[in-house]
Order: sequence, then C-alpha cells, then structure tokens
Amino acid sequence: MARYGIAIDIEKCTGCFSCFLACRDEYVGNDYPPLSIAQPKNAQKWIDVKEIEYGNGSKLKMDYIPVMCQHCEEAPCMAAGPEGAVYRRDDGIVIIDPEKAKGHKEILDACPYRVISWNEEKNVPQKCTMCAHMLDSGEKTVRCVEVCPTGAMVFGDMADPDSKISKLLAAKAEKVEDFKPEFGTKPAVKYLSLPKPFIAGEVILSDKPDECLKGATVTLTDDAGNTVLKTETDFFGDFEFKGLAKGIDYTLTAVFEGYFQEEMTVRTNSSKNVGIIKLRAK
Amino acid sequence: MSEQVFTNLTNGGPISVYVKDGKITRIRPMQIPEEEYKPWVIEADGKKYSPPKAMHCAPPVYSERDRFYSENRILYPLKRVDFDPKGERNPQNRGKSGYERISWDEALDIVSGEIKRITEEYGGSAITGMTSSHHNWGVVGYKMGPFHRFMHMLNYTPVLDNPDSWEGWHWGATHTYGFYWRLGMPEQFDLLEDALKHTEMIVFWSNDPDTTRGTYSGQESSIWRVWLKEKGVKCVFIDPFYNYTNAVMDGTWLAPRPGSDTAIAMAITYVWITENTYDKTYIKEKTFGFDDFKNYILGVGDDNYAKTPEWAEAESGIPARKIKALAREWASKKTCLSSGCRGGQGSACRTAFGTEWARMMVLLQAMQGLGKPGISIWGTTMGAPADSDPWFPAYAEPQGQMGRANIAKKKLCFENKTKQRLFRLTLPEAVLTGKEEFWGDGFCGQSLEQQFVHNLYPMEGHSKVKMFYRYGGSFFGTMSETSKWVNMYQSSELEFVVNQDCWYGGEAKFADIILPACTNLERNDIGEWAACGGYTTNAHIGCNYRVLVRQQKCIEPLGESKSDYEILSLVADRLGMKELFTEGNTEDDWAKLFFESSDLSKKISWEKFNEKGYYLTPVPDDYKPTPSMRWFAEGRDCDTPDTSNPKKGTDKAKELGTYTGKIEFASESLRQNMPDDKERPIVPHFIPSWEGYKSDPFKKYPLQIILPHPRFSFHTHYDNHAQWLNDIAGHRVKKDGYYWWPARINPIDAKARNIKGGDIVELYNDRASVLCIADVTERIREGVIHSYGCSAKYDPLVPGKADSTDKAGCVNMLTTSKLVSKHASGCTPNSCVCEIRKWEG
Repeated sequence: MARYGIAIDIEKCTGCFSCFLACRDEYVGNDYPPLSIAQPKNAQKWIDVKEIEYGNGSKLKMDYIPVMCQHCEEAPCMAAGPEGAVYRRDDGIVIIDPEKAKGHKEILDACPYRVISWNEEKNVPQKCTMCAHMLDSGEKTVRCVEVCPTGAMVFGDMADPDSKISKLLAAKAEKVEDFKPEFGTKPAVKYLSLPKPFIAGEVILSDKPDECLKGATVTLTDDAGNTVLKTETDFFGDFEFKGLAKGIDYTLTAVFEGYFQEEMTVRTNSSKNVGIIKLRAK
Repeated sequence: MSEQVFTNLTNGGPISVYVKDGKITRIRPMQIPEEEYKPWVIEADGKKYSPPKAMHCAPPVYSERDRFYSENRILYPLKRVDFDPKGERNPQNRGKSGYERISWDEALDIVSGEIKRITEEYGGSAITGMTSSHHNWGVVGYKMGPFHRFMHMLNYTPVLDNPDSWEGWHWGATHTYGFYWRLGMPEQFDLLEDALKHTEMIVFWSNDPDTTRGTYSGQESSIWRVWLKEKGVKCVFIDPFYNYTNAVMDGTWLAPRPGSDTAIAMAITYVWITENTYDKTYIKEKTFGFDDFKNYILGVGDDNYAKTPEWAEAESGIPARKIKALAREWASKKTCLSSGCRGGQGSACRTAFGTEWARMMVLLQAMQGLGKPGISIWGTTMGAPADSDPWFPAYAEPQGQMGRANIAKKKLCFENKTKQRLFRLTLPEAVLTGKEEFWGDGFCGQSLEQQFVHNLYPMEGHSKVKMFYRYGGSFFGTMSETSKWVNMYQSSELEFVVNQDCWYGGEAKFADIILPACTNLERNDIGEWAACGGYTTNAHIGCNYRVLVRQQKCIEPLGESKSDYEILSLVADRLGMKELFTEGNTEDDWAKLFFESSDLSKKISWEKFNEKGYYLTPVPDDYKPTPSMRWFAEGRDCDTPDTSNPKKGTDKAKELGTYTGKIEFASESLRQNMPDDKERPIVPHFIPSWEGYKSDPFKKYPLQIILPHPRFSFHTHYDNHAQWLNDIAGHRVKKDGYYWWPARINPIDAKARNIKGGDIVELYNDRASVLCIADVTERIREGVIHSYGCSAKYDPLVPGKADSTDKAGCVNMLTTSKLVSKHASGCTPNSCVCEIRKWEG
C-alpha cells in the first residue's frame, strides 16, 4: 500500500506562495465529497508559508517554511473527535469527515501544528486533504507541489523505495527532519534544511582598517575545547557558520598570521552578527 | 454536465481552465502530457541541466479564478449620476459622484454621440485615449489590437508611453552601447548556458529577478538560480532592500543610500584604473572615449575630483573597503552584472539622473570585456535555449497589430491624420495648463535621434484634447505624483471621459461612462507565452519552452460585459464606420488571419490548433547557442536572433548601434546632438539628486522611499481584484477589516517614531499623504522606506479631493513628476523623500 508524503527543501523554497494560491484555487468554493467541503473565501489557509527573517544588520537571512496538515501517523486530531470524525486512510492521508466532524471544535484544538481551521457557517473543522480526491481520480501530483517552481516540494509514495520522494529522503537523510519534532506525531510531511542559527561577522586588521581581510581563520570551539567548525574569511573579510544547533555556547576565535588572535563567547540562542573583529598586530 | 478543460494565456503564463456547469472551477498551469515535452539540456562542468516538464506561472496567475469572479468586475454599463451629455456635465464631480446602471444602447449612444460631436466641433485631434499594459493577453483582443485600430480610425491624439521600467537604460545606456531597438536593454540570448559554464560571480545591482521574473515569463527562471546557487556561484546584492532574490541566493548584501549607486560604480572603476585591473585590449579595440572617462574618474581637470572608494563611501554609506574588495574580486573573476530583470531595468534606473547609473553599468562590464565568456549583463530571467526562427505574431510588433499588419486591408494606424501627441508623464499638466512640451517620442526604438525630438502640445493646426478614452488598469498606483491625475480628471477641459475595463481600478470611477469589457477567458484569441514582440524580440527565451497558445473562450462573458472588439465594433457601427473597422471580420476571423500569416500554420492546421489549444516549439537537436555580445567581443558579425538589430546582415554587422559602432565612454550621439547638456553629459557624471540624501527637501523629510516593482501582483493587475492575495503578508495585511498596503521600515527609524509592526502609518511629504501598514524589518536599510508602487485601489478619505489622504496604498502619490533630467523624459519614483508617523485616525 502506498504511503503518501511530501518533502519540502527549505533551501530551494523561494517564498513565492504559489502553493498557497493553488491550494485556494482547488478548494475555495469547490466541494469534493465525501472528502471535503468547500473552503470559504479568505478565511482559511490549508497551507501557509511562514516567513522567517533571522540575523541582523548586513548579515541577514530569510527562509520560508510551507506548513500544512502534517498527516501524522499518530495524529492527535484523530483521538480528539468522535469515532470516524477524523480518520487515516490506508495511504496515510488524514481526513476530517465533513459530516461526522460537524460541531466538533475540539478536533481543531487538538492539533499541535494549528493547521485545522473552523468553518463558522458549516460548523465544521477543515484542513488539507493532500488532494486525496485528485489522487483517487488517478492524478500523480497534488496542487501545491505541482506549482512549486524550483522543485522544493516533492510529492510521492514513501513506501516505494524507487519513488522520487524516497530517493530524495534517502540521498539527503542527514538533512531530513520533522517540523517541530517535539510534538512526536510522526508526520508524513518531511522537511530538509529547516532554518538553524548562524554566526557571522567580519575580521579586519587594526592597522589596515581600510582593507577587507581575506583568509583569516575563524573557528568555533565547544565547551570541551573541541574545534567544531573552521572557516576562512572571504574577499569581503566576512565569515559565516551556518546550520548550528540552538542554545550552545561556543568560543569563536579569529586568527591571522602576525596578529594577536581574538576570542569571544557566542551563544546560539538566536543567530548572531558579531560585527567587526579587529586583530592587533604583534 | 461534465468538466471541460480550455487552454488560455495570461501575462504570467499559460493555463488550463476547468469549467463545470458554466462556471470556472479551477485554473492550473497548462496541463501538457509529459511525453510531449522535449526539454533542452545544458552541459556544464560535467553536469547536465534540464528544466522540469511543467509550466511555472507567476504566483498571481494562480489567483486568476478569484480575479475573474472578483466583486470588482465591471458587469454593466454605467453612467455617472450627475453627468448629462445634453446638460450639466459636472466634471468637477468626477471621483466623487456615484453611478447608475444604463443599457448598452444608451451607453453606446452617448459614447458615439460624444465622438461625433467632439470630432465635428474640434476635429479628431480633440480625442485622446490610452491603455495600461497587460491586464489581458492575446494578439487580437489586447491593447494594441482593436483599441489602437479604433482610435487611429478616429484620427486621435495618442498618449505616448514612457519606458517606465527601464528609463535610465532607454535615455542613457542607448548612448553608450546602442540597442535603441531594444529600448536600451541588452540582448539576453543563451546567457543561461554562458553563466552555468563560465560565470564565477554575479553582482545583482538594484535587481530582484525572483520578484520581477523576466516580466511575463512567470517563474520559469527560478530553477536556473537554484542551479547557480548549488553550483556555488558567489552572489553579491547591491540594493537598499534585502530583496527576495538575495534571500534565495543567500548572497552578500550591500545596502547603499538610494541615489548613490552611480558613485559606487564610479569608485569601482577608480580601483580598476588605479590598479590596472581592466581589459586594456578590449578598451582599445572595442570602445571609444575611454581617456575622457578616465580623466573624469581620476579627477583630472578643473571642477573635478577623484571618484575614490572613500568618496563613494561618503555618498552611499557602503564602507570603502567593501567597494575596493568588490572591485578586486570582480576584476579577478568572470563576473556577470545583473542590473535589472532583463539585464537592464532595476529601481536605480528610475531616479533623478538614472541615465548615468545605467550608462555606468554598461561601462563597468566594458572595462572587464563585456561579451567574453562569463562576462555579461544578464538579468538571470532570460536566455534559455530556444528555437526563435518560426515567426508568430506578438502584440507589440506591427505584424501582430490589426491596425498595422499586412493581413488588414486598411492599415488604419498608419492613416491617422493627427500628428499631435501627448506624453503619459506630462498628460495632467497638458490638460490642466493647456500646453506642454516634452522631449522624445515616448518609446524611442527607431533611432538614437528620436530622443532629441521636441514635441509641443497643442501642435499647430490641432485641437487641445477634449475627450479621454481610458482602457484597462489604473495609474494612481504606478505613475508619479498621481494626485495630479485627480485634478486632470476634474478639469472642465475634458468634456467627456470613458473608461473601458474588466475591473474597477482606481481610475474607473473618474469616468462619465464606464463600459464593461470581458477578460480574455471569455473570448477567443491567440498568443505566445511571454512574447511581447516589438522592442523585446524573442521574449520567449525567458521560458523553458516556447509555447504558442490558442486562447479558447472558456465561458460566456459575465454580466453584460463584452469583448473589447465587440464594444468598439458597436461604437463604430453607430459612427457609420463598422465596415471600415471590422473589414467584415469577427474577432475570431482576425485570430485565424493572424494564425495563417504565422509560421505555425505550416506546422499545424487551424482546426488542430483550435482543438489541441497549444503548440510546443521544440529546440532543434543541433541547436547552436549564440551568446549575447560574444560576436562583438570576438569581432564577428552579430549572430544572435536579435532580428531588430538594423546592422545585422549588413556590412556593419560587427558594430553596435552607437555612432562609432563601439561602446562609448564618451558618447558621440550626445556630443553631436546635445553637447551642452549638463544633466546627461557626454561622459557619464555623478550628479546628486534634487530629492536625495543631500537635497533641501531631505532636511524637512529625512526618509528616502523606494518603490520597486511588486512581487505578488503585476502593475496594478491582480491587486484588489484577486482577494486571495490579500492573505499574503508581503502583499497586503488585514487590520480592522481593511486590507492595508505594507510599508517596510528599519527598526531604528521605527523606534525613533514610536512605530511598531502592524501600526497604521501615514507616509507624507509636501505632495501627498498615504496610509500604509508598517512592516518593521531589518530588510530595509536605515533611513529608507520600501513600499511597492502598484496599488490597484485608490481610496481617498475624502473622495474626489486630490490632496486627500489615500487609504489604499497609492504610494506613488508621494513621488515627484519631475523627469530623469531635462532632456531625458523618464519617471523618477525612486528619488523621493518623505516622513512617516503613526496614524491616529
């Protein structure tokens, strides 16, 4: 049996919102019984694109995280409503039955991802169906994935090792994670390269403040004194450590031959632009 | 009834339209079976690059269904309640009064009656009219089709467009490297392959191609930039705004003060000159006047100073060391300059003296060997392999226009007896003061000299304009200092105003009569994706596939709306000109005639094209890339498909379109035609803006504002009509039941004014006051406000009052109508200062 999923590579997402708009096109005003009833206009977001701006000053980054129903294997919404109001199909897609779920607002509140909306007029919770009606009619893709211009979103059968999605998840296994893994719900939506804190800055020489310094060595050392990461400044004198774990104290050291090294402690509770590090001549 | 699927085309891509029970239910990117795709392959560094087998439209296209059924569709003919063509006209109430529904008969009688009356009283030159661009798509039904044919038939006074997205290139760069036939923008052929194979660094200068997207080619190039990123091509962004492409490419961000870009460019050349890191052979063989330029940069001569990086730091706020480092890296690597989505364009070209910036962009690359492998001016949105040979009509070329094409028996656009012209940027002044002068012929694509034509209005023997026929879209959001448009509309000089559109835009309710036009989903047409033709030949190279589309009528026109062709045929009928206008053709007869005149008719029958709905033009197996400007760099004849290059195929085919045939550091066309112009001198100069960071107005209004092209709409199109877009925070933000237009402000500036994100703020200066919602973000440099200049809605607190605060985000009310310079008739929305405060209501 198929096990449908969607993989989203944040590094490729351009934040174009095509997925969001295509989803509206499929569902606003359109019923797909028995899977879903029409989404009311400008009231719900079955897929949303969260914009994350991080860093500061000239060292800034923007990422986008498309978030829809995660079609969890252990979906809390299923337990919240009455029997059959929310069910998981054999292919893994979680469906809210628009008839049986009527009046059950607790389904909405059960979702830790907050991706279920309430239809005031019809008195029913609603969410992404992973375009189950399209798949059932033989389509090979879903609307949000179809319009993704960079292939950041990949849809497919995760039970089939030869599917595009399975191959992608296998090839980039070290980058694959759940969005909010702390919820522990085993989502069928997988993310690659979710935003992580970075540390960036610039190194200059105090006796040559009018020149950018290329080739200074910058290292990050952890509590135990192990060098975790090492880089060199680029032609702008800039350095950057990306993809760091959150909440760690690092010692950052900048070294250039003939100059005293500089050290500082940086905590990755958020991304940091440490500014300009000036090295003094020996 | 079962679901039917139709093919059609938009300004951002081809679509499949699903219809059930007479209603459009869904609109998807055009569905083409996978086996029909024959994607090209580019090999670079042992890797093969090939596009996906799918069409990727611009984001707003996916809201097309919502736009189609918008509550802002114009469905019935309307008359302003206090407009009486036989009595009181009350022009002063335009923009204030309401409307009443009238019958088509009544509407057509009034419009044709006024045309007759005004023609008899004043002559055809008293009628003027103008269109916006791209609210629809199609060869037959779009602006340069029936509207132009009809208006020229009346001997009207045209309003010439200004090249509003590429002013500096048009009025400046043409005098540096020619390409006037491309309105100053460079060739873009095969530059994707060139970049993948050779380019080591891309400098994006005032350019956000992920947002502006090659204009009409949707998101086809998004994947190209992902490839370049994955390949490790270094990216540098020079922009006061940390733009969306910067976010995708994760490049280095340099944020200059608006209006200082020319200084930075000059300082880069200073480094190259003083460190001897430029291509001297190229300079000697391919360029003209370098020594004059060198002297200017080095500060030789009276009243001159050296354009050092330290000087540029004082202007721009970019540290001198960063400018030097960029210059050195640029010279040591194969560097592509991406200065606008089509190579040319970019916000910096729409500024005071923006000509000088665009000229400098060309000269920077000239100093590094423009046209050599990896060294290009490339927007990153065009330049896919394509078969450009088969000819298919496009709306902006004579053979794609029913008033000019050979398929027409009477080429009415050539028979207009009126020689008088108006100019869009000065239209309000012309109407209000009754006289106007301007330089150039709007789009000066015929010659370099065309820019030096001086136009006077009214022209001798012609009438001032009395009737204004407005078609499609609104300019309140997109032109400059647009409160003047309110005054113009309320002038009694305009005795009659018609607005013909599919949707209510800001301008519609300034008309006396509103005529409901249907969209191109409600009529038959033909069109090619992204291909505008005219001054941008082969624009399909922004798409991964060349797609020719039979635009199929999907459903009957909504309400009482009619196609533009039908409306104008009905008016023509009442004028006794129906036969002259239509030549007995239906709208679809014209479509078929155009098809038959095209090369497509040799490949597929009309019937088959009708049925299938599209044709994919494959890239030949033996495709030979001809990268832009390579021919020039290598001293060969021009070999690109730039068919409008007048020297191509002649004994001067090795030359550029300048007077010397070379890249001109000192411009011969300027020297020979306007040698004393201090504002567009022979050698490009840095000239401080009259409304920049050192100007007098800045003392009173210490924030600069920039108004780039929008991300989630196109001109004013889709905004306010496709309301799904209103839930995208980058487009509009809902607060207290109203969808506000965002203005982005740096946290330091926000804090100084006690402004928080989500506050309603008033942007104001001596010209206007506009309300926006504050987006407090580090993405905009300190001292600068960023807001897109394209709101479709105009919603003054006091309707019809020109100086009333606008609630809907027409930030262009703040910008000045001053031109790029005295003789460069371009708009300058990015040379504007303002102040911002929390709006207390």
